[in-house]
Amino acid sequence: MDAPSTVVLPLRQHLGAPCSPTVGKGDRVLVGTVVGDAEAFVSAPVHSSVSGTVQNVAPYPHPAGGEVLAVIVENDGENEIDPGLSPRDWKKLDEDGIRRAVRSAGMVGLGGAAFPTHVKLSPPRQYPIDTVILNGAECEPFLTSDYRLMLEAAEEIVEGLRIIMKAVGAPRGVVAVEDNKPQALRAMAETIRDPAIELRSLHTRYPQGAEKVLITTVLGREVPSGGLPMHVGVVVNNVGTAQAIARYFRTGMPLVERVVTVTGSVVRDPSNLLIPLGSSFASAVEACGGFSETPAKVIMGGPMMGLAQYTLDVPVVKGTSGILALSSAEAGYEILREPVCIRCGRCVQACPMNLIPNYLAIYGHREKWADLERLHINDCIECGCCTYTCPTRNPIVQLIKAGKVELERRKALVEKRRKDKAGAEQGEGGGDGGR
Amino acid sequence: MEGGRFIVSTSPHIRDPITTRRIMCHVIVALAPVTVYAVVIHGIHAFYVLVSSIAGAMLGELAMQRGRGLPVTLDDCSALLTGLLLALTLPPQLHWWIALVAGLVATVLGKQIFGGLGHNLFNPALVGRAVAFVSWAGYMNAGYVKTAAIGIANTATHKAIVKAVDVASGASPLAAMKIVYDPASSPIGPGGVPHGIQASSYYKPLFLANPWGCLGEVSALLLILGGIYLLAVRVIGWRIPVIYVGTVAVLTSFTGRDPLFYTLAGGLLIGAIFMATDYTTSPLADKGKILYALGLGLVTWLLRFWSNNPEGVMFAILFMNGLVPIIDRYILPRTYGTVKKPRGGETS
Repeated sequence: MDAPSTVVLPLRQHLGAPCSPTVGKGDRVLVGTVVGDAEAFVSAPVHSSVSGTVQNVAPYPHPAGGEVLAVIVENDGENEIDPGLSPRDWKKLDEDGIRRAVRSAGMVGLGGAAFPTHVKLSPPRQYPIDTVILNGAECEPFLTSDYRLMLEAAEEIVEGLRIIMKAVGAPRGVVAVEDNKPQALRAMAETIRDPAIELRSLHTRYPQGAEKVLITTVLGREVPSGGLPMHVGVVVNNVGTAQAIARYFRTGMPLVERVVTVTGSVVRDPSNLLIPLGSSFASAVEACGGFSETPAKVIMGGPMMGLAQYTLDVPVVKGTSGILALSSAEAGYEILREPVCIRCGRCVQACPMNLIPNYLAIYGHREKWADLERLHINDCIECGCCTYTCPTRNPIVQLIKAGKVELERRKALVEKRRKDKAGAEQGEGGGDGGR
Repeated sequence: MEGGRFIVSTSPHIRDPITTRRIMCHVIVALAPVTVYAVVIHGIHAFYVLVSSIAGAMLGELAMQRGRGLPVTLDDCSALLTGLLLALTLPPQLHWWIALVAGLVATVLGKQIFGGLGHNLFNPALVGRAVAFVSWAGYMNAGYVKTAAIGIANTATHKAIVKAVDVASGASPLAAMKIVYDPASSPIGPGGVPHGIQASSYYKPLFLANPWGCLGEVSALLLILGGIYLLAVRVIGWRIPVIYVGTVAVLTSFTGRDPLFYTLAGGLLIGAIFMATDYTTSPLADKGKILYALGLGLVTWLLRFWSNNPEGVMFAILFMNGLVPIIDRYILPRTYGTVKKPRGGETS
């Protein structure tokens, strides 16, 4: 779709340090011009998706919540491309060169988490990577953007995989696709020519697209508690990320647009759109024929982990995998009286991490912090399966999230007290050592 | 287009339509055939027992919740289910007031005292039955003995059964076999059990129409069908009932007795399918459920063959209920990523 007359480019569209603006009010920017960057390693620059004039640099509502400093560009409709951009041959670059290029392209994980890609591509030496997995198991129900991409850009996806394999020195690549997408499987099978790359068909089951679940399904390896995929020699990237990387090397154009699934029963013409970053949700919905009735709920992402929006006046960001509009029938569910756990064990069965979600929720509610740690609360991936399946409609995952935050806060507090005390004791000596 | 008011809440944004009430109703539906059939076999008095027991259970719940100033939750159908399950474990000729008191005890002492739904340690229906069992042992046993004589005497069904089994006695099949195998320990005494009766002659009536026993023991077939229904709608899992019954059968044959008879007779099937699988009083995770079911089988076998009573299901379930908190503390699934060491390097 074409960019609207104004685009809003938040300077934090990734996990990690926010960017500082590199342009000011009144500056002219072109498609691909850097508008924000940061010194920090875990960060990714932001580029303009249109050519035009910077109208303002000001806080703006962000789809992930709150307001974030954003560069607001008035689109001149010329689509003039930054002359500094040019294609690059990745085969001539070394690992470091690829990583630097990927960073300069503003690449982040497009599955939704928006973790800066170059960081994933920089595993420390003590963790050799033997396999790169491309995640084509759509992260959530309703979302089909990865599917469309596999049909339409299979070649770029495979090239992106080879670039990633080179950057991390992995001899093997796996493209993992859920078996409810036979066409995508076929398209990928026809494209993969490299014997080092394997196509895997996976049983369709949410949360198959969750990194840890995917690694275990594909390789039978378990990421250790508190660890990262690289600890078991794996790097996982979304198919969309791989495609964006390949496209960047082919065209020189950094990450300024992405495929977004705009869907839901109240969207007139549900589609997967290639949307310039910074376009408002409202313009994306407009491009899909608008709403047939006012939705009760608008979500960025999918129904299981997505973020509910209070307005459509938020920009599409790098992590916007979908815009899902639910009718009141879909969004409304019977809220029961004070939920009481009946110990049915459905959440225990559903948990992909083998946790005991109902206990975590109860212990969090009762402030039993030690029990939360004993039951590995921090291994929760917040997929929401427990909450989906609960017959008492207990907000289990919400309580777990709150428990995690509170546990961290308390641990930090204890640590601080311990330090203060150690400092004081050096002067006085003694002390009871209690918390 | 311009902004409607949207609902804002945290994920997940969709829910499985299942609710507590729906689960309870599934169990009630699964019990409906055996309940109706029990009234058909045993006659109108069985109906009085049913009504008194359910009324007692619901009254107990209502009184406790009113008394404690809590919202009344009779509409979740759990008290109804407790009363129904209790009735199915009672003899059909029992005085209505005993059934009523047992029902009150079930929800008051068995459930609400602990804090209500989801908090009770013991199966409420069995708490009610246990209290009746020890308080009015004579009535509870008399209820069994009279069954065949009064319940459907002279009906075609009864005559057919009597002919099939060649037993005119009122002793329950388990009691009869207890007399056969172990006359000294039987509280009922040897009266009325024909000499040389075979356990296998009870197969057919136990399966199809059993007039000697509690309401819920009228037909093993209907109980099994109810169990299959609950499995199909995913209200229960297979582990507890299958492993429980399997353990009893295996241990029974080790003892040299007829495993099929001891599976079909008494409260084993209704206990294994409908009582041992009670969510609140059984372990949460699969490993714990397996251990729990093995324990149930072992204790049931011990009680049946080495205690004074012919039956052991009720106390086996109550005993294992008491161990559930311990099982759930120590027998939990291994959290993803917690034991295996990472390949080629230490955990960060």
